[in-house]
Amino acid sequence: MALIADYLVQGCQMLLILLLAPLLTGWVRTIKARLLRRRGPSVLQPYRDLFKLLRKEVVLADSASWLFRVAPYLIFAALWVAAALVPTFASGLLFSWTADLIAIVALLGTARFFLALAGLDVGTSFGGIGSSREMMIASLAEPAMLMMVFTLSLLAGTTELSSVARFMLTAEVGLRVSLALALLALVMVAIAENARIPVDNPATHLELTMVHEAMVLEYSGRHLALIELGASLKLLLYLSLLGCIFAPWGMATAGAGLTAYLIGMTIYVAKLAFGGLLLALFETSIAKMRVFRVDQFLGAALMLGLLGTLLLFVSRSL
Amino acid sequence: MSLPLLLSLAMALFAVSAYALVASRRPGCSRQVYSLALAVCVILLGMALAHLLAGQTSATLTLPLGLPWLGAHFRLDALAAFFLIVVNLGGAIASLFALGYGQHEQAPERVLPFYPAFLAGMNLVLLADDAFSFLFAWEFMSLTSWALVMAHHQEPANARAGYLYLVMACFGTLALLLAFGLLAGPDGGYDFATIRAGTVNPGFAALVLALALLGAGSKAGLVPLHVWLPLAHPAAPSHVSALMSGVMTKVAVYGFIRIAFDLLGEPIMWWWGGLVLALGGVTAVLGVLYALMQHDLKRLLAYHTVENIGIIFIGLGLALAFQANQMYASAALALTAALFHVLNHSLFKSLLFLGAGAVLTATGERDMERLGGLIHPMPWTALAFLIGAAAISALPPLNGFVSEWLTFQAILISPELPQWLLKFLVPAIGALLALSAALAAACFVKAFGITFLGRPRSPAAAGARETDRYSLSALFVLAALCLLAGILPGLVVDGLAPVVSLLNGGAQLMAQHDQPWLTLVPVVDVKSTYNGLLVLLFMALSGTAAALLIHRLASNAARRGPAWDCGFPEANSAFQYTAGSFAQPIRRVFGSIVFQARERVTMPPPGDLRPARLEVEMHDPIWERGYAPIAAAVVALSGRFNYLQYLTIRRYLSLVFGVLVLLLLGMVLWR
Repeated sequence: MALIADYLVQGCQMLLILLLAPLLTGWVRTIKARLLRRRGPSVLQPYRDLFKLLRKEVVLADSASWLFRVAPYLIFAALWVAAALVPTFASGLLFSWTADLIAIVALLGTARFFLALAGLDVGTSFGGIGSSREMMIASLAEPAMLMMVFTLSLLAGTTELSSVARFMLTAEVGLRVSLALALLALVMVAIAENARIPVDNPATHLELTMVHEAMVLEYSGRHLALIELGASLKLLLYLSLLGCIFAPWGMATAGAGLTAYLIGMTIYVAKLAFGGLLLALFETSIAKMRVFRVDQFLGAALMLGLLGTLLLFVSRSL
Repeated sequence: MSLPLLLSLAMALFAVSAYALVASRRPGCSRQVYSLALAVCVILLGMALAHLLAGQTSATLTLPLGLPWLGAHFRLDALAAFFLIVVNLGGAIASLFALGYGQHEQAPERVLPFYPAFLAGMNLVLLADDAFSFLFAWEFMSLTSWALVMAHHQEPANARAGYLYLVMACFGTLALLLAFGLLAGPDGGYDFATIRAGTVNPGFAALVLALALLGAGSKAGLVPLHVWLPLAHPAAPSHVSALMSGVMTKVAVYGFIRIAFDLLGEPIMWWWGGLVLALGGVTAVLGVLYALMQHDLKRLLAYHTVENIGIIFIGLGLALAFQANQMYASAALALTAALFHVLNHSLFKSLLFLGAGAVLTATGERDMERLGGLIHPMPWTALAFLIGAAAISALPPLNGFVSEWLTFQAILISPELPQWLLKFLVPAIGALLALSAALAAACFVKAFGITFLGRPRSPAAAGARETDRYSLSALFVLAALCLLAGILPGLVVDGLAPVVSLLNGGAQLMAQHDQPWLTLVPVVDVKSTYNGLLVLLFMALSGTAAALLIHRLASNAARRGPAWDCGFPEANSAFQYTAGSFAQPIRRVFGSIVFQARERVTMPPPGDLRPARLEVEMHDPIWERGYAPIAAAVVALSGRFNYLQYLTIRRYLSLVFGVLVLLLLGMVLWR
């Protein structure tokens, strides 16, 4: 009985993030529109877009191969599994030990690998430009992210997220320089990985600046829906990650009962809303940078992460 | 019991070689030789597996061969058994591939006699238990592989590669010879049992380690000794390239492990661990950066071998550092990671080289700029190559990720190391490892994407056909093994336990097979865990569920149409992204520092009919700063001493006399 309940809670978390992801994207868009003094579409618009895309037929380019048709499902699966492994409203769920933070980062890498290949599949310049830039950005973002993971692991003694979240709630953590550096590095990586301003603009279709949109230019119909949903899941994943590591308050522990779970969920949604608000504020207050400034931006993130790790190697109290 | 059988099987490979020498021009000989090699390798593989898994004790054997006062000593222990598995698995699959691929060989008489001998040489290196047999087998392995590199010697590039390989192989053997000389000491106890029992003074131990690093590192492709590798490995026929890159470099790693962990006995100074670690980190990043700049598919793969050797040496360096501080539990993790990566790299690198061989047979092209769109005519080869590319890019749930994950876990427990230098070095190495993993993914998006995806860039690529059944089955065996090792890593770690325990004073990782869901738990339960099986299961479930639901409930209609061209139709396939343009952002970010890459755009003025040109200038720092000056110095010196060739007999005699007097004086002073 208890085992069935555990499975149910785990299933709930998977469904919850799938349902919340488009809402988060819609929320960020709405806030951005309001900040620009536009009315903007409804918060629910991403759901409508997804349903519309799902019902439409797919138009495949003549030179598209089987990989082009399989990739959206693979990308979606990898991103969904990765996002579902980040603790959201409760820590220590049934399968929380399946993959640690390093494996989650690597799963994001799997999704990116196939997305970049799909961009090259049709053989147009757009896909190529997107894939090539995306891999350049990832080649710096991934090490920066792993350095952040190192910092956490040195503090918490583990890379498993549920344990990290539990550790972060204990009194011994306190305010630390290394954690501040790690937070900064993670935010910078999150901005780059989610193709947000100033690294990439999710709303643009201008060749010179596109990265993510260029890769998926050939996609249509249900394939595009899956990729859009995957992108929303990725944004949700990074916000959950920030919440779970740097603001783990209000997270229920496994087996805490329905009320605790419901409270945890409310607090989680509030955290997401706040994170989305900050993201929208940040995006509207900054200009997009040139593509070849991105390496400096992410190089800074990498150095911050490395600095945080080195500080901890020097002294555990920093 | 099994050792005499193993040796006689290795000898049987020589017999196959001799047969090939006689019959190589006969039709059907290629198939006979490869099937015999396949059979022998499969039996050797089975015996080595049985030895390792049954946990048998080591067996020794002395034959009255070789030096009269020494004899030839052979020994089969867990370490040798593990590497025998790697060698013969690679050998068996390369032979299977060659059953089909070998049919296309233009000069079978230059390949067939050397191929089984090469396999035998590698097997003998692993079984040798005295310095003489070891060096003999090592040199034999080098020479047979050199002969295979020179199989197509008419191409000037191959001849140059062969020459460089020969020089570097001689240098490596010289270093190993000196290392064994120091190990044996003045009494000349050249069999490994005597060396193991004796002690070496710390100064000599450091020197032995340096020489082992030079000797084995030059064969494995450790930066800066890697220069021959990306030239020689691609020059050989593809199944031999797979063996050289996937397997022979592992024999070199074996040589290093044998000397550093087994023969030296005592844990050495901690800073040697730091040095190996630093070399590994630099090798990993430089290897992958070189690979990114390559447009030749096989050369790109060869540079990736350099990268992966770096990752293996990171694990070994960590293990040495831990052992020097008596932290044997941590050393067990680092060693397991390194050995796991040895196995993984032999699997996916063989797979990728064989895939490149299939592409080469189908199109006759190695230059990625002239390939493209091969996924349409060769869907199965493409699928296998894709699995290999994902595995080498360390993507879960495949095997490359598991060993890199273990290496990361070993790095994460390193703050317990007492030395400050290591404390600072290890996180930097962690950053380099992360960087090399991310760059490897970029590199294999390029390798797979430009070769197999897009539209064909040449008539040869457009006219390609799927490869034969033997080759495909070899590719898919390897792809399946990559997946299996990725989702059942606990079983591999358990298999490695006796090897780790042998090298690590009895300490090993805890048994993994009784963990729930076969989860990988490297240290203790509180620490990090990874379960590839569940990751695969979850991905498969969610992907299939999504596909089924969407196709059932929403839409499954698809229509073909032309690609979106912004209203500007692309005249030909040259409009696509190329390998060069794909790597351009990375070249700009990293290459401007490492390779001093410069781009020059010559834009003719309006009205001028000359085409605009983009020229890229890159420098190889290691060749230009390290090797070119040495080569120039050697040439200058030999020019200076050239006149010694034309002396009269009187002068030669006085020269000999002078040298003799000098040596005697030296002896007197030394005493």
